[in-house]
Amino acid sequence: MTRSISLIGLTVNGVRHELAVEPRRLLVDCLRDDLGLTGTHIGCEHGVCGTCTVLVDGASVRSCLMLAVQADGATVTTVEGLAPDGALHPLQQAFREAQGLQCGFCTPGMLMLAWELLRDHPAPSEAEIREAISANLCRCTGYQGIVDAIQLAAERHAVPAGAAR
Amino acid sequence: MATTPRTWIGKDVQRLEDPRLLTGRATYTDDVKLPGMAYAAVLRSPQAHARIVRIDTSRARALPGVFAVITGDDARELSNPLPAFCAEPVVEYALAVDKVRYAGEAVAAVAAVDRYTAEDAAGLIDVEYAPLPVLTDPMEAMKPEATKVHDNLPSNLVFEKTLSFGDVAGGFASADRVIRRRLRWHRASAQPLETAGAVCSYNPASGRMDVWSNTNMINYVGWLVAGTLKVAASKLSIKPMDVGGSFGSKHVLGKVIAIAGMLARRSGRAVKFMEDRVDNLTACENLACDRIYDVELAVGADGDFKGLRIKVVDDYGAYFQFGHGTHGNALAQATGPYRIPGFEYTVQCVLTNKCQQGVFRGAGSDANNFALERLVDAAAQELGIDRVEIRRRNFIRPDAFPFKMPAGNIYDSGDYPKVLDQALTMAGWNELRKMQAEARAQGRLVGIGLATAQQRSVYGPTEFWFWYDAPGLTSVPESVGLSLGPTGEFIATMFSPFWGNSPETVVAQSVAEEFGIDPGAVTVTYEDSLHGLPSAGPGGSRMTVMLTGAVVGACRKLKEKMSRIAAHLLEAAPEDIVFGAGGASVRGVPDKAVGYDALGLKAYWFKLDLPAGMESGLEARHTYDHPYLTMPSADRKDLGAFYPMMGHGAHVPVVEVNPETGQVRILRYVAVHDVGTVVNPKSLRGQITGGITQGIGMALYEQCLYDADGQPLTASFMDYLLPTAQEVPRFEIGHVETPSPFTEYGVKGGGEGGRMIAPAALASAVEDALAPLGVTIDELPMTPERLATLVEAARARR
Repeated sequence: MTRSISLIGLTVNGVRHELAVEPRRLLVDCLRDDLGLTGTHIGCEHGVCGTCTVLVDGASVRSCLMLAVQADGATVTTVEGLAPDGALHPLQQAFREAQGLQCGFCTPGMLMLAWELLRDHPAPSEAEIREAISANLCRCTGYQGIVDAIQLAAERHAVPAGAAR
Repeated sequence: MATTPRTWIGKDVQRLEDPRLLTGRATYTDDVKLPGMAYAAVLRSPQAHARIVRIDTSRARALPGVFAVITGDDARELSNPLPAFCAEPVVEYALAVDKVRYAGEAVAAVAAVDRYTAEDAAGLIDVEYAPLPVLTDPMEAMKPEATKVHDNLPSNLVFEKTLSFGDVAGGFASADRVIRRRLRWHRASAQPLETAGAVCSYNPASGRMDVWSNTNMINYVGWLVAGTLKVAASKLSIKPMDVGGSFGSKHVLGKVIAIAGMLARRSGRAVKFMEDRVDNLTACENLACDRIYDVELAVGADGDFKGLRIKVVDDYGAYFQFGHGTHGNALAQATGPYRIPGFEYTVQCVLTNKCQQGVFRGAGSDANNFALERLVDAAAQELGIDRVEIRRRNFIRPDAFPFKMPAGNIYDSGDYPKVLDQALTMAGWNELRKMQAEARAQGRLVGIGLATAQQRSVYGPTEFWFWYDAPGLTSVPESVGLSLGPTGEFIATMFSPFWGNSPETVVAQSVAEEFGIDPGAVTVTYEDSLHGLPSAGPGGSRMTVMLTGAVVGACRKLKEKMSRIAAHLLEAAPEDIVFGAGGASVRGVPDKAVGYDALGLKAYWFKLDLPAGMESGLEARHTYDHPYLTMPSADRKDLGAFYPMMGHGAHVPVVEVNPETGQVRILRYVAVHDVGTVVNPKSLRGQITGGITQGIGMALYEQCLYDADGQPLTASFMDYLLPTAQEVPRFEIGHVETPSPFTEYGVKGGGEGGRMIAPAALASAVEDALAPLGVTIDELPMTPERLATLVEAARARR
């Protein structure tokens, strides 16, 4: 079996990368394995749980349903990009204060969803928050802490409206 | 209630675990990457029951990038059977040997340069199967003539026993009425969002096996895993990892560790095996109990409970490695919060061609709560007594604690009327009744649920074996190390991993409480299986009780040495030394003080400033054993105290049912819990809301389904449905605090109550909603299809 390899270029958290990947390689494996950005997690590999959610050109994407070659030329933001120096982003701080997490496994995906929501809807209602995060699964919290965290982040304007990523 | 003023216990302390989890800097098992590491994939059986005639791995081995391919024959050579906690000779290898017993059982495994290549290679393995009759119905499987799942066993009825406590016959003889129900509790699955996995690295020169895995019991049963891996326990290092949720499902993880370990040996490389979601749903060790209950409650005309009979058939699936511990678990609180003078419990454990049972939050007590609360509601209805009133009449009274329940387990403390009252007040019970009547007048089916149930905590290991005649293990400790370093910083060491709960925060809060320092000033670390003290880790809602106990013990020991050093430096008596935010001082003389930094420096660097004969350094380690465990009597009429920290809860959900579609909408959910002294209200709230959400899943959505051929029908998250943020309401949570007399600070465990009580409460709510139609709820989950069918049948009857 001969394998084809594609050369791609993508910008992740502000850093430009050039990679040789198999066309079948998932974006999430590229991020985690090739680039060492293990903050993005794999939960189901069939696009239901949303644990692998990242932003591609500013829109939330399930990186287990996207091929790395499809991200050629794209700008990608992962959870590591929210807090590049390790200090908590105000959104992350709100998650901490409202206990919007427990085991932390779904958390990076939830944060990326929340970031997108607040960028586009700076003052979402509880129903709007629940609708937005129902894209992703959490098995620990019962979601209440996550909803509270996003409300708290909205009150604090943790994510500037229309912010670019 | 104790009124000890406390500084940190009971406060909303921010979790120490959070910063690394929030920033993507945690280290879960799948984040481990070693030089030259290979990636594994597993070939699973498409047959539910078949002999393996032949396996041809040649095409897989020939694929470039493949380092090793192993099958059941290799498993027999490279490993021993997986650890088993049953006495029966049920043998399970990590890869099927000679025959497969469920669809999804691992048949072969591959290590390759990447996961993609490994999966390609797995697809090139040719297996010839000779199908056998498939058993999916436990009632059929237990018949003597049924095909045997394990040829070496006398039958598929792998275990059967009746235990009887108190005067059961007398209770039933004196009853005015016997309430009977057949109830069905189907199997669910814990489904943490992180699957199980392991990275193994073997050094043939030293014989050492290094394992990175999201298993729990590294310092409890690690030596059993060494046996499976055929390495010396002294050469096995299992590292504690950040774990992405478990809910009881990752206690041992022998299968994934053995698969990665065997491939590491065979390939000469480090090997990672992470289950994918299909692996986890079809072949993990964590499918929950699967029970058919025939239950009887003897009652007097005034609603007094006089006796209870529980007969349960449990479909264990293809193996029995975890034994019948979940029935021991249920016995701890089988009679619930009620005065029932005697009960009888009959269990029949049956093997079928499904993935085997493990443990899932609630561990059998969830199902028992459901059965008992269904009976209590049925009794209320048949006797024409209000559901609240019948519970009040039968509650164990607040002055009766410690209370010995009929099986011998001790309930440490409680105030059940108070919990109920608070739940009814928060819910506005009478207003709800009015609202319900108005809704019914408009043709809407609104129901109000009620469950008042126990949430036992801090398991004793006797529950694993008291069903047998021979005695078994009695240790279930937890340990903590604590040091004050040369720079005056506190470092606490745990020997069980972060399992998705908040152990570091609990440890830091307890150290802070004992020394009067800030919890943020405590660093918490972990040790592997080679360096650890005995620690069973999270499970059975034990961790907060056990960690606070271990920390208080370690602090006591550390303070003793620190007091001697401080007394020596301050020319005072050790018993006059007190500790506070900045360091040690002499009681009543605050300026005679020495800071933690100076104490640390003296202890490590200035031997000649220490009291004569004292060793350098400041470290203490403490092992906290089960605080209240007693031996079962030889005749098993008294099982002793084994699960005595008895929490309690009252749940009042309000639902609306659409009788045409069978859809249930949760309008409100009130839950009041008493888990003794609350250590961290915020993290406890998360445990409760998360647990109730899993209970909502159990009640409405989650079931592992198999077809008649034993094929799993719920092998992805598209079919096995977890609740999302849109299916759960905003929860209204209340607390009553009845401290335990047996634990440090009066803490009880609160990790499972949400899931142990919610299914019973929601069944009660839906039944109440459908009361105008005369529908009874005997089976979960209450899926739209199931409810619509019940409604249709009820209408046809009228």
